[in-house]
Amino acid sequence: MAEPRIIIVGAGPSGTRAAEACVAAGLRPIVIDEGRRDGGQIYRRQPDNFTRPYRKLYGTEAGRAQALHETFDGLKGAIDYRPETLVWNIAKGHVWTASATVQEAIPFDALLLCTGATDRLMPVKGWQFAGAYSLGGAQVALKSQAVSIGHRVVFMGSGPLLYLVASQYVEAGAEVAAVLDTSPFGARLKALPDLLAMPSVLWNGVALTRTLKRAGVMVQHGVTPVEIMGDAESGVGGVRFFAGSGREETIACDAVAMGHHLRPETQLADLARCAFAFDPGTRQWLPERDDDGRSSVAGVYLAGDGAKILGARSAEASGRLAALGDLGLPVDKGEMTSLRSEVGQYARFARGLAKAFPWPARQAPALPDDAILCRCEGVTAGDLRAVMRETGAQEANRAKAFSRVGMGRCQGRYCGLAAAELIAAEAGVPVEQVGRLRGQAPVKPLPIAIGDGQ
Amino acid sequence: MSAASDVIIVGGGLMGSSAALFLRGHSISVTLLETDLIGRQASGTNFGNVRRQGRGIHQLPLANRAIAIWRKSRELLGADVEYLQSGHIRVCYRERPELVGSMEEYATQARAEGLDLELLSGNALRDKFPFFGPDVLAGSYSPTDGHANPRLAAPAFALAARKLGAVIHENTKIVDAQKIGEDFIVTAADGRTFRAPTLLVTAGAWGNALSSQFGEPVPIVPRGPNMSVTEPVPYAILPAVGVMTPIEEETVYFRQVARGNIVLGGSTRGPSFPDQYRAYVEPQNTMSQLQQIRRLAPSLGKLNIIRVWSGIEGYLPDSQPVMGPSATTSGLYYAFGFSGSGFQIGPGVGETMAEIIAKGGTDILMEPYRIGRFAAG
Repeated sequence: MAEPRIIIVGAGPSGTRAAEACVAAGLRPIVIDEGRRDGGQIYRRQPDNFTRPYRKLYGTEAGRAQALHETFDGLKGAIDYRPETLVWNIAKGHVWTASATVQEAIPFDALLLCTGATDRLMPVKGWQFAGAYSLGGAQVALKSQAVSIGHRVVFMGSGPLLYLVASQYVEAGAEVAAVLDTSPFGARLKALPDLLAMPSVLWNGVALTRTLKRAGVMVQHGVTPVEIMGDAESGVGGVRFFAGSGREETIACDAVAMGHHLRPETQLADLARCAFAFDPGTRQWLPERDDDGRSSVAGVYLAGDGAKILGARSAEASGRLAALGDLGLPVDKGEMTSLRSEVGQYARFARGLAKAFPWPARQAPALPDDAILCRCEGVTAGDLRAVMRETGAQEANRAKAFSRVGMGRCQGRYCGLAAAELIAAEAGVPVEQVGRLRGQAPVKPLPIAIGDGQ
Repeated sequence: MSAASDVIIVGGGLMGSSAALFLRGHSISVTLLETDLIGRQASGTNFGNVRRQGRGIHQLPLANRAIAIWRKSRELLGADVEYLQSGHIRVCYRERPELVGSMEEYATQARAEGLDLELLSGNALRDKFPFFGPDVLAGSYSPTDGHANPRLAAPAFALAARKLGAVIHENTKIVDAQKIGEDFIVTAADGRTFRAPTLLVTAGAWGNALSSQFGEPVPIVPRGPNMSVTEPVPYAILPAVGVMTPIEEETVYFRQVARGNIVLGGSTRGPSFPDQYRAYVEPQNTMSQLQQIRRLAPSLGKLNIIRVWSGIEGYLPDSQPVMGPSATTSGLYYAFGFSGSGFQIGPGVGETMAEIIAKGGTDILMEPYRIGRFAAG
């Protein structure tokens, strides 16, 4: 039998460990990654000419980052590695790639989607101003370009990344004006039993808050964002919010990093026609998979944060599991069992995180009419409400068709979850009834010049 | 108990929605039944060409009727369907010079039907439309054609019909239609029944399922267009643009909306799946479309597409729709199978079908659309 053609999409923690397992089994997978270098987002590698030490870039995760990078470096001769390459569509057993303007359709027998995550964002009035970034974007600026997003930065939102990126900014010498967490402090105590599933990760989180405290950064809990102040000309000028006490406060700043934990990048799973199910814990639609990463489509596997947000450590385990499951080679059953139970621990920890840093669903319907909801298309919350009133649209794709919410470059990856919450609240239906925006190719913008001269 | 009305329309696309609106104009009570949501397939996913140029000469009176409705659409519908009478230009390539003669002949015949076309070539063409590539030889310009937004059009007609009293049921899949005595009994999948002495089938690619129940099967084939859209760029291209070519793969067209995005269409139409209610764009068709766009307008090669889509269209072998009365059953009418060319004439079809049902006839030539042309023997 011919060697199975294996394609791994993504060279972050799950993709790297999946590739490692394939190579160990004597296979030569194709690894396709959008990044210029491997590592994915959380373990993003700095450009070649940068020389900052691991400890400085990755903090407590330096050892894991270095181990992952060294693993990938060791695999390079044994895999078909395609960096800076976008998988823009999947059809009939082929992935369609674009690298600059070179296009290719590559057949596969097994496809491992290790597509990672992006920020889960809750719009705030004024978030379209220059200087408003996602937490992930703020982190990329620091890791990849060694620059801060502003002179004086407010971190606003919730989730572990809020504290991680804020403390990374502090350590890099940037001025952090405040960390404004929408989650009440008490939520963390309630989540403690689940968070104890991963004591070391929990401890790292505590250490981050210490870093912030030592640097004298103001940290507030239970805040409700009101607006990012500023104007189109000069960009962000400050933030206005209700403190936990209910008092309205403002803080001057020239940049805001915002986000509420992460959301999986599921469009490729959608284009591969995987079945999705609503996950009540995170209020998101996620591709279905079994414990070993098998999707509903034969030959398509899902691993890492691209399937469900369980964190980078879990991604390494689930990447390896997804690769081992159906290679057709003898596998160590003991290892499979221990990997599964490892992922189970991360899942418990992730439930704890969801309790400690809840998605502030009610902020979406509270957006004022003049707040931009969809940044790509400039659609306001009021525009969407008007469309609902005039047309009766209550389904995500229908509301998109009439209002253009989610119709722009990002295809709703940044506004779609908030839009669904707004529609659900306005219509008085559960958010799962609003459905999910269908994934449409190309998953990222595709040059019309694609394939020219080929 | 059946819900009763004068007319039942099965199929809530542009044809059914506009027919419902115009039937209300004749004070006829109407119930419109739609499997999914109004205007979601062929009517909502097409290119949005409001183009008379290039249609069969026999179809121009119907197209003229439609253009009059498009022009007053804002007042008629109380909504903006982004109709722009910003022109349509159809060009041919240097390797097919014989098509210039076809364009000239068409222009002469079209003028007799009230459609004035201007033939352009050389500097005259490039001065007016500087975006054309060197392969383009000549063009036929129709200043009174244009484009509109298909996502908004059929729902706007349906909403206007509803405001005038039409009863519209979405998410109502019809599984059976029969004539019992003087009435049609139409049954939905969930068991609801609807009753009326007149039945109009405007069910697009699904039309054959109903016409077959009345002994009139048609050889309809479901396919899907390949649509793409670019990121927004400054608004500069006014007319809808298309290529005249006998080769389906070379077919390509584009238009820029006032917000700046450029909508692209063309290349070999893909398969579509009426049973699953889905149509997918085949990636190789997107590739071929982008190649043809670069040939037609090379400067568009600097842009990115941000989304592709398709929808379910019903095609008949002669590319003409089935339109008019049934040959087997009195009180039964059809308007489906528009073969990827129904958007512009849609409102004219609705008005004409309403006229036929209300008055028993129309001045519009209906002979080419007879369902009987597919009858065996």
